[in-house]
Amino acid sequence: MGIVRLDNLLAVVMLSGIYSLISAGLFVTLDAVDVAFTEASVGGGIATVLMLATLALTGDTEKQGKGKLQFMPLAVVAVTGALLIYGTLDMPSFGDAMAPIHQHVAPRYIAEAPQTTGIPNIVTSVLASYRGYDTMGELAVIFTAGIGVMLILGTGRRRDD
Amino acid sequence: MADFPGLFNYWIVIVLMMTGFYVVIARGNLVKKIVGLNIFQTSVFILYISMGKVDGGTAPIIVEGTVGAGVTYSNPLPHVLILTAIVVGIATTALGLALIVRIKEAYGTIEEDEIFAKDEPE
Repeated sequence: MGIVRLDNLLAVVMLSGIYSLISAGLFVTLDAVDVAFTEASVGGGIATVLMLATLALTGDTEKQGKGKLQFMPLAVVAVTGALLIYGTLDMPSFGDAMAPIHQHVAPRYIAEAPQTTGIPNIVTSVLASYRGYDTMGELAVIFTAGIGVMLILGTGRRRDD
Repeated sequence: MADFPGLFNYWIVIVLMMTGFYVVIARGNLVKKIVGLNIFQTSVFILYISMGKVDGGTAPIIVEGTVGAGVTYSNPLPHVLILTAIVVGIATTALGLALIVRIKEAYGTIEEDEIFAKDEPE
């Protein structure tokens, strides 16, 4: 991947935006249209804009020098990857309708969601109705992060004055 | 050994995940680390979404008149979880980037080793 090797951070950020868009396309082919919308707008849009703003404040070239592959991290990564691949050997194969993930609550959501919530999009009804508390927790996380960003950036500016 | 194409999606995920992991632990630049974290995150999204896919399934949106018509839908539950995860992910990214901006203001650099070097003499 170019992202690993490049020193120019602007190019890195652009590549990561493209990567987000490609993964959004992948989500569409995997039937997850809602996720694809979110990934394209949030991952490809907002994240890229935020990173560009950061680069504007911090400068866009990475320090040269350790451009070579480093051995220690590479070894750690290789071992972890090998263990994970060993772990996948027991996983259900792709597209298998009998996989355990499809046996628990998902059939009930698909069967009952239109009647109980009146929303044709099952993802929306699960998000807002069955798992409303999760979504509320998510909002709490965003709120906390927003406060955190304002505190971190706000105090610095005031001290400069 | 299980069937090769059936597990291929997991292996793509693992390759992406390890790419992100390598960027996070091997690179000193903090912005680069955040990008690596994003790659890692997206690989987890792909893992969940690919597990939710059912052969011959369609997007889990019920079209008028097809209720009970034997249409196969992909599993909506991972989609919901990943929607939440994407939003939480952007929140952590924003927080990390804000910290980087502050570190730049305080140390004048965003390279890890230079930051350590500045901390040493104290």
